[in-house]
Amino acid sequence: MAFAAPKETYSGKVYEVAFGTENAVKFGGENVLPFHSFEGNVPNRPVIAYEIQDIVPDDWPETVKKVYEGVSGDPVKWAQYCQNELKAKAIALRLVGTHPDRGNRSPEDATKTVKDVLAAINIPLIILGSNHVEKDSAVLVAVSEAAKGKNCIIGKAQEANYKTIAAAAMANNHKLIAMSELDINLSKQLNILLTQMGFDKEKLITDPMCSALGYGIEYTYSVMERIRLAALTQNDVTMQPPMLGDVGMYVWKVKETMAPESDLPQWGPVKERGIAWETTTAGALLIAGAELLIMRHPDAVKAVEKFIDELM
Amino acid sequence: MALSGVEIFKLLPKTNCKKCGHPTCLAFAMKLAQRQATLDSCPDVSEEAKKILGEASAPPIRPITLGTGDKAVKMGEETVLFRHEKKFVNPCAFAVEVKDTMPEGDIARVADDVLSSEMDRVGQKLRIDAIFVNNASGDAGTFEAAVKAITAKAPSVALILGTSNPAAAEAALKIVGDKKPILYGADASNADAMAGLAKSYKVTLGVTAKGLDALTDLTEKVKGLGVEDMVIDSGARAAKEIIEHNTFIRRGAIKKNIKSVGYPVITFAQRDDKMLELLMGVLGVTKYSSIVVMGSVEKWKSLALFALRQNIYTDPQVPMQVEQKIYKLGEPKPESPLLITTNFSLTYFIVSGEAENSKVPCRLAVMDCEGLSVLTGWAAGKFTASKIAQFIQESGVEKEISHKELIIPGYVAILSGAIEEKLPGWKVTVGPREANGLPAFLKSRAS
Ligand code: B12
Ligand code: SF4
Repeated sequence: MAFAAPKETYSGKVYEVAFGTENAVKFGGENVLPFHSFEGNVPNRPVIAYEIQDIVPDDWPETVKKVYEGVSGDPVKWAQYCQNELKAKAIALRLVGTHPDRGNRSPEDATKTVKDVLAAINIPLIILGSNHVEKDSAVLVAVSEAAKGKNCIIGKAQEANYKTIAAAAMANNHKLIAMSELDINLSKQLNILLTQMGFDKEKLITDPMCSALGYGIEYTYSVMERIRLAALTQNDVTMQPPMLGDVGMYVWKVKETMAPESDLPQWGPVKERGIAWETTTAGALLIAGAELLIMRHPDAVKAVEKFIDELM
Repeated sequence: MALSGVEIFKLLPKTNCKKCGHPTCLAFAMKLAQRQATLDSCPDVSEEAKKILGEASAPPIRPITLGTGDKAVKMGEETVLFRHEKKFVNPCAFAVEVKDTMPEGDIARVADDVLSSEMDRVGQKLRIDAIFVNNASGDAGTFEAAVKAITAKAPSVALILGTSNPAAAEAALKIVGDKKPILYGADASNADAMAGLAKSYKVTLGVTAKGLDALTDLTEKVKGLGVEDMVIDSGARAAKEIIEHNTFIRRGAIKKNIKSVGYPVITFAQRDDKMLELLMGVLGVTKYSSIVVMGSVEKWKSLALFALRQNIYTDPQVPMQVEQKIYKLGEPKPESPLLITTNFSLTYFIVSGEAENSKVPCRLAVMDCEGLSVLTGWAAGKFTASKIAQFIQESGVEKEISHKELIIPGYVAILSGAIEEKLPGWKVTVGPREANGLPAFLKSRAS
């Protein structure tokens, strides 16, 4: 007897978002659950952006700091290294140095960094603040303007600062990351607020907040699944932007990515363990619905790209 | 699909005799439909009704046990497609492949790897659960020798016997048939012989076919031959096929009650690239595999997969928690430090682990915050100054210690003043933010 494959049809669809100019990339656009091409359309593969930052990454663990040893003192060199040597498809520049506790660099400094990086690369750029609510307002407004015409992704707008950041992204024609904290209702709410002020919902990217393997990933995983189900099965337009997994930042601070093997022989070598932590976190979030990932270690990125090859 | 209350009612005696403890047959039927009652409460139900209701109330995915003793693993019995709907029931098993063509030394080494794979994570002991012995030689004697070598080395480890040769299967079953192994390798060509073996040795049969049509034909055939316990392989090997087949199987079993796919799924994840193999494991854990077969055991890879499995299979409504009490780490004296944290398992195990690392004996007051982490508990109003003060007072810890100093997590430094206000005579000290700062912090205070 033939097996009657229980296919589903969905009423909704995830928006397709493109960013960059010359070598623009696209993600999203599917009308099915992640990698369910057997019952619908999955036009684009998820995109992985390499994370770089405006100051020396002193707080990154050895395994990932070492990769960028020669270039991480200069964001321009670092960006070029990702583009030319690592064949990055996109770069995410995090302006951590603007955080009041991390050097308090001014919006002008940040603007210069962004301009220099943009001039040095020909792949799309994501520009991230330092996650300081007030400072991000000032910094992200300035850099949005500096990056005008480059079709960047700007982030992150949160409930406490979305107005100024969204207005700047809108005025300068960028895409925008909207972040809320692990709660489907907060995420929906923020998207509604943004569209009410006139921001085009098709230019949004939802960040439901990442968490690392072993440190709450199940929350991010389920919030992403629920957002995607709402988008597809209930055709909820406020839940239809593609989703971001900001993986590297959450992974490369947990114990498993740094504790030496000599302290914990049962955990195996720290290098592979750290890469595995980033790889697993990224892989699980792809299955949950992320279309855009920000990652740090090239070996983790390579493994995840191979996984995507097999899934597409 | 499970039957509705009314459908069940039609099968009951309809005498309203109340012997089941319910006022009417209909009321009892409603309880049955909600799985809040069991059919054996009604003494008068007909044999025919029992049969129909029994079939309908069987779990949509058949429960299977692999191995014996305290390391036996249960699988199957899943009820949902997405973990936010309801807790995933039985965490998948991880197995590692051994080929019988491998030199004896290599086989022994893998058995060793499996034996030493156990690790503790958040209070659970996790390990590679089974060895998949692959009869790559096709030869019965070689297979038998490999099974012997493994059982000699690792007698407690469950085995999956992978062979399509009934003679090899029988040779292996003679050795380990009583240890609840799975006999994997029944296909269209050998189903009769393999089913015969599964029946006489009372073992679960692993069936393999190319595609879902062939698979359902095969499970129906094997069931017809009298074998109820099966694990199924649709032949999917690439990630794209695995997600497709596993999704159809889970949906078919749960939403359409298609019995011929209502069995645990075995997934083969072996890859030369070990990071990719890890990701295939991620796919198996998240997308409905009950057994994931790996090509090798690496500690770093096992750790990542164990953590993911634990995360995906936790109850979405109830965070893992530990008991509220004052835990003694090492052998604390009255003057030893007193720390406080919440009862979220992960928090407790990280903090107690780091405090133990410091080798400084201390007391850890673990407060019930409904399983929330420190910051979440604080944000949710459960880890507050007044609740902390009340807990410390009621815990009786004051009688055990000769000081009145409480060390709080660095992330809630903001609470220190308020706690001091509510705990007269106490001094609150702000500890480091991250628990990995505890060893240095405690050592420097001790010296
Ligand atoms: C998973 C999570 C949740 C889960 C709950 C998980 C749980 N069981 O607690 C859910 C989704 C339910 C949740 C809900 C909420 N959350 Co929440 N959540 C998180 C998240 C992502 C991880 C928390 C976690 O598991 N941490 C891991 C554990 C081990 O950390 P920990 O307990 O703090 O322990 C560490 C340290 O504190 C220290 N430590 C612990 N004890 C001790 C003791 C001593 C003596 C010392 C020295 C050190 C020490 O060591 C540990 C490791 O270093 C964090 C963000 C983040 N990445 O941290 C937000 C976070 C904690 N949540 C937050 C918020 C606001 C909420 C909500 C109020 C609102 C919301 N967005 O939904 C609700 C409240 C819950 C409720 N019931 O109402 C905020 C809190 C902000 C703040 N500073 O107040 C955070 C920080 C997110 C953010 N960036 O804003 N959350
Ligand atoms: S015991 Fe059986 S026959 Fe009697 S009321 Fe209950 S269901 Fe009806």
